[in-house]
This record gives sequence, structure tokens and C-alpha cells, in this order.
Amino acid sequence: MTFANLLFYVFAAILVFAAIRVITASNPVHAVLHLVLAFFTAGGLWMLLRAEFLAIALVLVYVGAVMVLFLFVIMMLDINIERMRERFWSNLPFGLVVGGLLIAEMSLVLTARYFDLDAMPEAAEPPAGHSNTKELGRLIYTQYAYPFELAAVILLVAIIAAIALTHRVRPGNKRLDPARQIAVKRKDRVRILSMPAEKD
Amino acid sequence: MNSIMPNLYPASAEIFVLIMACVVLIVDLYCGKKLPGIAFVLTQATLVFGGVIVWLTADAHVALTFSKMFIDDLFGDFMKIAILATMAIAMTYGRSYLDDRGLNKGEFYLLALFATLGMMVIVSANHLLVLYIGLELMSLSLYAMVALRRDDAAASEAAMKYFVLGALASGFLLYGMSMIYGATGTLQIDEIARQLAYHAANKTVLLFGLVFVIAGLAFKVGVVPFHMWVPDVYQGAPTAVTLIVGSAPKLAAFVMAIRLLVGGMFLVNEYWQLALLLMASFSIVLGNLTAIAQRNVKRMLAYSTISHMGFMLLALASGVIDGASVADLRFSVLNAYSAALFYTVTYVLMSLAAFGTLILLSRAGFDAEMLDDLKGLSRRSPWFAAVMLITMFSMAGVPFFVGFFAKFSVLEALIQADRIGVAVFAVLMSLIGAYYYLRVVKLMYFDEPVDSTPLVAPTGLRVMLSVNGVVIALAGIAPNSLMSICALALGYSL
Repeated sequence: MTFANLLFYVFAAILVFAAIRVITASNPVHAVLHLVLAFFTAGGLWMLLRAEFLAIALVLVYVGAVMVLFLFVIMMLDINIERMRERFWSNLPFGLVVGGLLIAEMSLVLTARYFDLDAMPEAAEPPAGHSNTKELGRLIYTQYAYPFELAAVILLVAIIAAIALTHRVRPGNKRLDPARQIAVKRKDRVRILSMPAEKD
Repeated sequence: MNSIMPNLYPASAEIFVLIMACVVLIVDLYCGKKLPGIAFVLTQATLVFGGVIVWLTADAHVALTFSKMFIDDLFGDFMKIAILATMAIAMTYGRSYLDDRGLNKGEFYLLALFATLGMMVIVSANHLLVLYIGLELMSLSLYAMVALRRDDAAASEAAMKYFVLGALASGFLLYGMSMIYGATGTLQIDEIARQLAYHAANKTVLLFGLVFVIAGLAFKVGVVPFHMWVPDVYQGAPTAVTLIVGSAPKLAAFVMAIRLLVGGMFLVNEYWQLALLLMASFSIVLGNLTAIAQRNVKRMLAYSTISHMGFMLLALASGVIDGASVADLRFSVLNAYSAALFYTVTYVLMSLAAFGTLILLSRAGFDAEMLDDLKGLSRRSPWFAAVMLITMFSMAGVPFFVGFFAKFSVLEALIQADRIGVAVFAVLMSLIGAYYYLRVVKLMYFDEPVDSTPLVAPTGLRVMLSVNGVVIALAGIAPNSLMSICALALGYSL
């Protein structure tokens, strides 16, 4: 077993453990932290596949930005776990049947029979100086330009949707209007009275 | 490393809609307050001119562009025009409704335009990745539109359900697509068909992926057992949004089914036909029986959608006769798929009219959605009661209305495919379904009005709804022209 193989198994074991903890952890904050771990180890696996750019992007974008934001949201929400668990036992048998069927079907197909080394030969060794990042960039801006542009449109829709759903003037809102603040003149606020000097 | 500029001509309508959506975004931002109707006018202009561009660039030639990810054929052009027209009609219906409820803002029109763009992308997709991205673009806009009435608990709940279940369905679809990629080594739809034809694909893995793809598709169409979201979303969303969710996306989902199943995986049709047939039969039973028990018209129409989509799938599932010659085969396949297309188009026309009538009956502070709200409509407005009468008769499949011919052509396709038992079953179930459509007619014509306030709908809505009713009636008198257009559009693409 080469060192790379050993690394693969270590990462894979941690990934599976973390993924299981995401759905079994009773505390949502723990679940999110395990998800971070899962993303991190997945990044490690991609690194082993020589997809350096994707691995780093996964860690930077998902772990660095998305999950941190997610953690904030989870911490701000007051989630009543006991209430969410109320119907756990009554729904469990049905869930077990459906989940068991899915696992059985998947294990019938996704075994080594169809995905062994003969069916999926190892990729050729890339030439020296091969840059995964450069290759990815070339494909995105040439062959995959159309879906790439559309993905940008999806991000635009997400921004519009988020603003449309959250940004609105609510009655009783004590928001300040900067334009009006700037436009204030001295005479609106200060009244200068000329008073005769008073004695004593 | 040189890249060739892709041919943009086939995609000119999509590019136009995208540019106009950005224009609406900016114009609404700067002039939205001064000119309150500007977003509406620009959106309608975009939809109409988008349709004109599709019409002008349409030809019988099949063009591929963007590294073969984009396909421009006559079928796609027809569906794009249908989608743009449907959206334009839905916008006309919804305007006063949105105005009365303070929802008539630029964001609504923007989201509608982006949803339209998503549907057009789906229609022209020749690549699984593009198909998925188009679907997400459409769905994301629709989720936001359902949630737009934020203070309403029912709308928020509907949006949450739609979003969570929709995300699950997208997950299914993606998983299935990744399996198909694993089996064939390509994401391009015509390439998948080629791999299958040369037996180069791993069939077990492909079928495994196919199951997930069908599950994702079934969710988007809204058939049993992936129908749970339909009644809640139809009921909870503002009626103007229900109108959109219930009309144009069905056309897009139909194209998706044709492109994926017929275009990509026709050679494994015996597998997906069985799945479609089962889902269709369950949908027809559940939709028709549950609709009877509903008191809410929107919910009733939601269950009726489930049964109609089941009917449409029946036609999709009967595209082959065993042992026929190749020429016959092509003819019968075409016949079944054009029957399904005809069914979808006429269904969308009818659902536009039905929800349009509900909007007509609503006014500021009042949403017409209970069956009782339809009582005595013939006395309040004989003309619009007649429009609703035509719509309901047509949905029920009463002879010599267009719904009858749609059902008839589906049954014809079923019988050609030697599925006489299924055909008889479908007829029996639609007879049961006729009860709840005719109940609406009875309430409109033979009951005393509960609420006798005069209808206050604006002229645009009245004119459009009248035209819609007349089109349904005319399509019932002369169904052949629409049918041959459907057959022609499909014939050039399959």
C-alpha cells in the first residue's frame, strides 16, 4: 500500500464518520462543525485526485465562508430539539423501510462489480508542468461558457430573491435615511434668537 | 489555446430575455417609484418580442451551438413561444391581483422573467448540466415568487415545502445524472443515445441513474408519489403565482421529459415506460378521487393537475408498438408524443382560464378560493360564467370541447400501444373526475349567489380571459390545426 492509498483510507474514514455525525448529532452546532470536518476531508480527497484548485476552493468557499455563515444562523435560531424529535419514533419504521430499500438497491449496483479497476481504469499520468487550475479555467471559459454564464444568472436571481424577501420597510422601523441626514441644513435644527442682554 | 466564438444566432431569444431582465432590474431601481407600471410594461414587451424573435429565427434545421450544449429545433421553438405566451397571459391576469395586495413590485416581474429564461434554457438543453442549471434557475425564481407574500403564514409554509422538496428532487436528479455520466462517460444528451445504440454504456448503472432522473422529473411534473407539494403550493401561494406555477413550468417539464427520455434514453424505453405508466395510473386515481373531497377551488385544481399530468404521462409511456416496421414505429411514436404535447398545451390553456376566473372574482382584501365563492356566477356575470363553463367542460373531457380531443388522442395512443386495459381504466377514472368539474358548473348556474358584489376586474384581465375562453372553445371546434402543429413541431425534432 502506497502512502497515497493510506491517506485515502484515513480521509475516507474521517469523512464517513463526520457525515454520520452530521445527521446523528443532537446539537445542531455540533452537526455543523462535523459538516465542516466532512468538507475538509473531502477537500483532502480531491487533493489526492490532483484536483488542487477544487480542493482549495472547497475549503475556502464552503469551510471558510458558507459554513461560518451557516454556523452564525444556527446559533441565532432557537431550535427546540425536543419538539423536532417528537415524531421521530412514529416516523421511524417508515423511514427505515424506505431507507433500507434504497440502501439495498444502491449496494446491488454500486459494488465493485461495475466500479472496479477494470471498469474504471486509472487516469494517465499527466505530463510535467500540467496545471489542473489552468485546465479548469480553459474549459470553463471555452467549452463550458454557456452553463458558466447561466450559473452567474442563478446567483443574480438568488440576490434578487433574498432582497425581495427580506428587505422591506416595516412599520415601526427606526431606520435612518442617510440622504435626509446629509441634506439637513443648519436652519432646520438651530434657531438663533437675538435676545437683548439682560442685566442682573 | 484558441477558442472559437460560439454561434449566438440560435440563442438570440434567450440572450434578448436575459438582457431585458437586466434592463428591467435597472429601470425599476431608478424609475420604479416615478413610473409604477414600468416593470409590467417592459416585462410584457420582453415576453412578446422574445416570442417574435423565436418566431423569426425558427426554421426546420436543427442547430447546435455552445459546444453542442444548446439545441435549437422546431419543437423547442414551438415550446418557447408557448411558454412566452403563457407567461404573458399570466402576467396580464395577475397584475390587478398583485396591485391590490401590495405585491406589484419590480421583483415579481424580475423573478418571472428569470423563471421564463430558465424554462427557455431547459427547452433548448442538449446537455445534462445545462438542463439542471436551467431547472434550478426556473425553480429558484418560482420558490421566491411563492414566498413573496411574506406576512402570510400559508404562503410561507407553501414556499418552505416547495423549496425543501424541490431541493430533494434536484438532489435526486443530480445523483441520477452523475450515474448516467458514470455509465456513458458523457453528459451530452445525443451522445448518451449514441453510446446506448453502440452498447458502449454500462446498462445497469444507467438504469440505476434513470430511476433517480425519473423521480426528479416526476417531482417537477407533480405526479404520484412525488405530488405532496402540489396542493399546498397551489393553495398557499398568491393566486397570481399559482397561475404561473401551474402553467408554464408544466410545458418546460414536458420538454425535459422528451429530451431526457425520448432524446437520450429511447433505447431503454421499456424500463422508463413502465415507471411512467405506474406513476400515471396512481396519479389519475389519487388526483380524481381526492379532488372530489376538496372545498377549496385552488386545492381542487391542484388535484386535478395531478390527474391531468398522469394522463399526459400515459401518452408519453405508449410510444412504441412491438414488432412494427421502422416506418410504422416512427409514426406511432410520433403520434403518442404529439398526443402528449397536445394534452399539455391544452391543459395549460385551461388552467390559465380557471385560475384567471379566480383572479377575476377576487378583489382587494378578498381572495376567491372556496367553491362557495363561485356560486351563482351566471347571475353576476353570464359571460365569464360561460368561460368557466367551457373550461370546466373541457377539463372534464365532455365531447366536442378541446379536453375531449386531448383525452381522445391519448387514449388512441394507448390503444395503438396495445394497452387497452389502461385505456379503459383511464376513461373510468376521468368519468369519476367529471363529477367535481360539473359540480363547479352546477354551483355557477343553479345556486343563489352568496356574494353579490359586482366584479371589479380591470379591462385587460376581462379581455384576456374572454380571448382565453374563446380560444379554448375554438380549439374544441377545430382541434386538428393545433394537433397538426404539435405533430409537425415534434416530427422535425425526433
